[in-house]
Amino acid sequence: MRHTLAHLKRGEKATITDVSSIHIPLKLLEMGCLPGNTVELVQLAPFQDPMYLNINGSHLAIRKETAKHILIEKVDE
Amino acid sequence: MSKQINVALIGNPNTGKTSVFNALTGLNQKVGNYPGITVEKKEGICKLPRGVKAHIIDLPGTYSLNASSLDENVVIELLLNKNDKDFPDVAVVVSDVENLKRNLLLFTQIKDLEIPTILVINMADRMEYKGISLDIPYLEEQLNTKIALVSTRRKQGINELKQLITNFKEVSQEPCLNASQVDKDYFEGLRKAFPNQLLYKLWLVITQDVNFGKIDRNEVEALDDFKTKSKADLKRLQQKETIKRYQFINNVLKVGQTIDSSKAKDLRTKLDRILTHKVWGYLIFFMILLVIFQAIYDWSSVPMDFIDSTFASLSEWSKNKLPAGVFTNLLTEGIIPGLGGIVIFIPQIAFLFLFISVLEESGYMSRVVFLMDRIMRRFGLSGKSVVPLISGTACAIPAVMATRNIESWKERLITILVTPFTTCSARLPVYLIIISLVIPEGRFLGLGYQALTLMLLYLIGFGAAVVSAYILNKVLKIRSKSFFVVEMPNYKLPLFKNVGLTVLEKTKSFVFGAGKIILAISIILWFLASYGPGDNFNKAEEIITNEYASQQLSEEELQQHIASFKLEHSFIGITGRAIEPVIRPLGYDWKIGIAIVSSFAAREVFVGTLATIYSVGNDDEATIKNRMAAEVNPILGGPLFNFASGISLLLFYAFAMQCMSTLAIVKRETNSWKWPLLQLVFMSSLAYIVALIAYQFLK
Repeated sequence: MRHTLAHLKRGEKATITDVSSIHIPLKLLEMGCLPGNTVELVQLAPFQDPMYLNINGSHLAIRKETAKHILIEKVDE
Repeated sequence: MSKQINVALIGNPNTGKTSVFNALTGLNQKVGNYPGITVEKKEGICKLPRGVKAHIIDLPGTYSLNASSLDENVVIELLLNKNDKDFPDVAVVVSDVENLKRNLLLFTQIKDLEIPTILVINMADRMEYKGISLDIPYLEEQLNTKIALVSTRRKQGINELKQLITNFKEVSQEPCLNASQVDKDYFEGLRKAFPNQLLYKLWLVITQDVNFGKIDRNEVEALDDFKTKSKADLKRLQQKETIKRYQFINNVLKVGQTIDSSKAKDLRTKLDRILTHKVWGYLIFFMILLVIFQAIYDWSSVPMDFIDSTFASLSEWSKNKLPAGVFTNLLTEGIIPGLGGIVIFIPQIAFLFLFISVLEESGYMSRVVFLMDRIMRRFGLSGKSVVPLISGTACAIPAVMATRNIESWKERLITILVTPFTTCSARLPVYLIIISLVIPEGRFLGLGYQALTLMLLYLIGFGAAVVSAYILNKVLKIRSKSFFVVEMPNYKLPLFKNVGLTVLEKTKSFVFGAGKIILAISIILWFLASYGPGDNFNKAEEIITNEYASQQLSEEELQQHIASFKLEHSFIGITGRAIEPVIRPLGYDWKIGIAIVSSFAAREVFVGTLATIYSVGNDDEATIKNRMAAEVNPILGGPLFNFASGISLLLFYAFAMQCMSTLAIVKRETNSWKWPLLQLVFMSSLAYIVALIAYQFLK
C-alpha cells in the first residue's frame, strides 16, 4: 500500500518519496518538503487536523487535504 | 540631492528582518502603501560611514521568488524592474541561523538575478544555545557573497553590516549555481530567443504573472522558434529547480555548518506540548483572551475618560474664549468633538496592537492558528481568521487590517465581511443605556438580568459572524487557491523596540486613516443639525418665545425648547421625519431615527445625538436616561423606550453596519466598493428584519 503523509502518527518519522502531485503548493516544497527529506509528525491538532510537522528542521503546519498528496516511506526504528 | 544607496531588505518571514530594519533605520522610517494595492511599504533612511546615506526598503517577507500572494508579488516586481526608482543597488537577504538551509533558497534565487547580494545571518546569539558553528569564509566563498553575522537582540554586527552596504560595489554579482541545468534544451532555446536578457529573469517571467519591462509572457509564448511548455510541465521544472537549489545548499552547508545536537536545548518541544495540547492549549488561549479583554475594557478606561474630559473642556474653553460665530460653532460643536471621537479610541487600539504584536513576535500566534484551523474551516474561515475576530471586539478597523496573512482570498474575504458583527467597543455605550432603561434589575441564579443581557449580545454578535460566514461560504462562488501552510516559528522573547514601533505605527495609521473620515462625517453632521430651510428653522426663537409666552419658563428652559425646535426643523430633523414611516414598525420615533442616521458615522454617536435631541446640555447619563424614560410614544402612548422597542433597538445595533470607517477600510482592503456595499445592505437588512420581528412579537 502507498503511504501518504496523512497516515503518519504522532511521533513517527518517515522519508518523503514523492511530491509531484499538482495539489501540493510550490511554497511547501520551497519550505523543504522534498523527496529524500525526513519528516516527523510533531503534533496533531484536535480533530486530527492540521498536522504540525518537522521536515528536516523546518517546522510547519499543513492541512490533511494537502498531506494526503505527499507520498512517504515509513522509517523503521 | 546626493546619491543614496538603494537597499532592499529581503527575507523569509520570522527571520527578524524587521528587527534588522529597525536597527538600521531607528525612527527614520515611514510606512505607506504600494501604489494601487494595500500592501504595506516600509522604507527608511540609514546613515552610513563617510556621510553616505542608504534608502532602505523592507520588502514583505517571502519564502521564494515564486509569488503566491500580493505581498510576495511586490518583491518580484521590484527585483525585475530595473527602471523602478527603488530598484536596489544592493540586496540584503536576512536569514535566521537556525533555519539557514531554508533561508538560503531565496538567497540563491536573488543571486541568479545578478544583483549584488549581502547575506545577513541573524539571531547569531542563538548559535551557542543550539550548538551551531559556521565557517564564514568558506560560506562567503561558496555563496559568492559577503556575510554579516548579526544579533539584533544583543545589538551585534549592525556596524559590520553598514560597512558592507557602504562598500556594496565589492560584492560579487555572480550567481552561485546554474539553475538552467534542470532542462538544458529548454533554457538553450530561451537564450537564443532573447539573447540580451537574463535567463533567470525570463524564467521568472514565464512562470509567474508578473509584467516586467517590454517582455511579457504572451510575447514569449508568441515566438515561433521557441517551444513553450504546458503549465504542468512548467511546474515540474519549478520543482526540479527547487530540488537542485536544495542540493547545492546541502552541499555547501555540509562543510560550512556544523550542528552539535547534543548541545542543543529544546524549549520548543516543552512549550508546544502544553500550548498545543487539546485541553491545556484551549484553556491557555482562553485565559490570554480574558487578559486582553480586561486590558481593553478596564485598563484603557482611565486614559479614555481623561481624553473624553480633556476634549470636553477644550470645547468649552474655546467656546468661551473665541468670538461667537459660525466658525467657533463649527470648531466647538463639530471639529473638536469629532477629533475627540477619534482620539478616544487610541488607548484601546494601542493596547490591542500591543497584545497582538507580543503574541505574534513570541511565536504563540501560529500555535493558536494551528489549534483553531479545523474548527474555523467548518464555517468557511481559516485558523488565521481567529486574530481578526478577537481584534474585532475592540474595533473592526484594525481587525480588518489583520486579515492580510490569510492566503486564500475566499477565506480572507469572508473574514473581512463577517468581522463587523463582533461586538466592538463602540456598541457598548448604546447597549449600556438601553439595557439600563428596559431590562429590570432582578437577578437570575445570582447573575443580574442586565449583565446577562449584555453577555447575550456579545454571543449574538459572535454567532452572527459565524453563521454568516457559513452562509457566505456556500453562496460566494470564488475559486481561489486554497492552501494553508503555517510556519511554526521558534518561541522568542519579543523585542521591546519592535513591539513599540508596531504599536506606534498602527495607532498612527488608525488616527490619520480612519480619522480623516470620522472628522469629515462629524463636520457634515454638525452642518446638517445646525442649519435648516424655511421659517420654522430660521425664526425658531420667535415662534417658541410666542408659544410659551403664557408660561413662566426660566431662560434656560426656553433655550432648551428653542434648541429642540430648531433641531426638529434642521436638515437632519427633516431627514429624521422623512424616514419615520420606515422605522415606525420597529417601534422608533423620528428622534431615534435621527440618532440612527447620525450614528452611522460611529455607533456611539447614538447616545450623543439623543442627548442633543432631548435638549440636555451635558452628557450626564442619568439625565439622558431620565429624559429617555420620560419620552412618550406619540401614537400608542406609554413610554417610548419600553421592553419591545428597547429589545428591537438592541438587536438593531447588534446587527447593523453602523460604521462609516469600517466601510472605508473594507473598501481599502478589498479594493472595490462591491464588498463594503454588500456588507452594508446585508447587515442593515438583517438588522431591520430582526428588529422588526422582535418589536412586532413583543409589543
